[in-house]
Amino acid sequence: MNFDLTDEQTMLREALTRFLSDRYGFEARRALRQDSLCWSRPVWAWLAGQGYLGASFSEDDGGFGGGAVETMIIGEACGAHLLAEPYLATVVAVGTALRLSGNAALRRALLPKIAAGEVVASFADDEPSPAAGREPMTAIPASDGWRLSGEKINVIHGDSADRLLVTAATPGGLGVFLVDPSAPGAVRRGYATFDGLRAADLRLNDAPAVATLALGPDADMLVERVRQHMIAFLAAEAVGIMRMLLDLTCEHLRTRVQFAQPLARFQALQHRAVEMLVAIEQAESVKIYAAMMTEDPDAAERRKAFAAAKAVIGGAARLVGQSAVQLHGGIGVTDEHRVGWGMKRLTMIEMMLGDTDHHIAALADLGGFLAAAE
Amino acid sequence: MDLDFTQEEQVFRQDVREFIRRELPEPVRAKVAAGRALAKDEIVSWQRCLNTRRWATPSWPADHGGPGWTPVQRHIFLDELHQAPAPEPLTFNVSMIGPVLIAFGSDDQKRRFLPRVANLDDWWAQGFSEPGAGSDLAGLKTTAVRDGDHYVVNGQKMWQGMAHWADWMFTLVRTDPGAAKKQAGISFLLIDLKTPGVTIRPIVTIDGRHEVNEVFLDDVRVPVANRVGEENQGWTCAKYLLTNERIGIARIGMTKRLIQRAKHFALGLPARERGRVLEKAALLEAELKALEITQLRILAALEPGVADPRSSILKIKAVELRQAASELLLKAGGPLAYEFAYEGEGEAPHEIASNFFTLRAASIYGGATEVQKNILASTVLGL
Repeated sequence: MNFDLTDEQTMLREALTRFLSDRYGFEARRALRQDSLCWSRPVWAWLAGQGYLGASFSEDDGGFGGGAVETMIIGEACGAHLLAEPYLATVVAVGTALRLSGNAALRRALLPKIAAGEVVASFADDEPSPAAGREPMTAIPASDGWRLSGEKINVIHGDSADRLLVTAATPGGLGVFLVDPSAPGAVRRGYATFDGLRAADLRLNDAPAVATLALGPDADMLVERVRQHMIAFLAAEAVGIMRMLLDLTCEHLRTRVQFAQPLARFQALQHRAVEMLVAIEQAESVKIYAAMMTEDPDAAERRKAFAAAKAVIGGAARLVGQSAVQLHGGIGVTDEHRVGWGMKRLTMIEMMLGDTDHHIAALADLGGFLAAAE
Repeated sequence: MDLDFTQEEQVFRQDVREFIRRELPEPVRAKVAAGRALAKDEIVSWQRCLNTRRWATPSWPADHGGPGWTPVQRHIFLDELHQAPAPEPLTFNVSMIGPVLIAFGSDDQKRRFLPRVANLDDWWAQGFSEPGAGSDLAGLKTTAVRDGDHYVVNGQKMWQGMAHWADWMFTLVRTDPGAAKKQAGISFLLIDLKTPGVTIRPIVTIDGRHEVNEVFLDDVRVPVANRVGEENQGWTCAKYLLTNERIGIARIGMTKRLIQRAKHFALGLPARERGRVLEKAALLEAELKALEITQLRILAALEPGVADPRSSILKIKAVELRQAASELLLKAGGPLAYEFAYEGEGEAPHEIASNFFTLRAASIYGGATEVQKNILASTVLGL
């Protein structure tokens, strides 16, 4: 057992943190909202140039041969600076799908381009409720490959993605396909999301798949693994945001004077800040747990681990985000303060990929970690 | 970064598990599993059995009769005890007075007391709190006045766990009532409870049990040789002891047992209620998984002799989860948990209610949760 980073991992963290501290201040981040992409191509190019996009890819795939710990370090730094760039969608979701799929030719073709920052991609998995009368995504085989029709929603950075990984029902079970969203028959509607990012709804009408990543049980497994890698990244991102919010909150309590004394003197406020600290230490632990479990060969244990991790992260994200706003008082509810932005992103993280209640129920359905015993 | 135990640590765990399986008497195991109180001789025999392998004193260094384990080995050992479940070595002896004597005791005191502390030849009680000094321990009023080679001690101590079985009590007394800071006038004395002037009175707690006591000290003569550390420096020993107490306090294995029992009772409930209990259990299991790693992170960063204020985080969260687990077990038990018996007047079939009420004290002793929060606010958050 060992909780230390290697020298290389420490350097990676320090270099990324230095760059983001210098170049990615909150005002710069906030200004991105006005940009049509809502993220910065120069920052993306810098991340590619420094090797951060390919950090977890093998050297054959244009990467640096890192793994879950590197991704965790990057996720935490992304959180601390509220990074808007499509790391989760492109590198974590699509990158993982390509790494783990059996389609070696596609992997060799696309991963180096992702690592180089040349291709932005996203994962189109969520669908609107069938009760709303909308059409689920289906794929049918044609003479020239698969053709997809139906709807997807909440595709993160979907309107700026060059490629989309689309899940669809096929006659033989689930399928995972790569789609070019500029192909005929593909329509996207982009919109801003409450966490300061963008997403898109996608409608496909007999649109061609560029490639197939997996079909049937392989596709189910692939989608599960992609979601698990995304949860591991979100856990790290959430810890980065929560630590940033706790620092801001303690600084505010030390400096803000009311009733002729700093807020830090009030025990009710001290105790609420400590509750944030306790939640963050629990989140830190599941952040590491999730990273370590991404490559665990036991699928049943992995399922339990990610249900538990997302539940703990979700509970902590809610408590820390909401407490940070509360302890900041009025300034905490303004758009011009970082604390509200952090809370909004934490709210999204809690809701994404199954909220806390969903994962608690999932862990219970899996039998939990402990057997019943008299 | 790696969460797995090393091959050596896994072999060690297997060795501990095998030893417990072989040596722990089944009636004792069954009592611990059901949350029933043990008889004195059961606790003493088990500690002596552990002591044959130096395992009764897991945190002690090898040159003082301990096994010289790493923090991770200590964690594995306690985890196995809790999972068995087997009784822990007596906390007052092993985690409290032993480490204080090792750190601050004279060579004479170490020679005289430590082997008997380890083997439970002497049963120790903790004489810290008083009616007027609980969370504000330094406000204690029991006095010790020097008279030749003795101190004459007068005062009242409260909450002495198992003092009615104890031979000795380590205690904090005021030796300099005029000290500028109230922490500065305190000394650490070892009192033989057979000394004339010592009266022990039971306190029955809300769990129906007699574990804690009041100890009255009337002109009790204590040899100066039984003072640990310098006169008026007792607060240093006390702080050291309290930090040790917090590190050992997570008791994650005990919380696991409570959840396992709650899940067992859930099997007998109608589907909707069963689902509710199992979801509450799942949330506790998820938080407990996180806490296990939090504990390992704190252990891994621990430097010998340096107090880590993050042990307060461990205490707050561990106690919160243990109390929640005992409440879940109580509710899962439902009407089966209503039957209650006072100690000495029989036994309830499940003892679930008693244990739930016992655990209400866990967020009060060893530094109340609110005191832990004060500590963390000032030491870690700088508030």
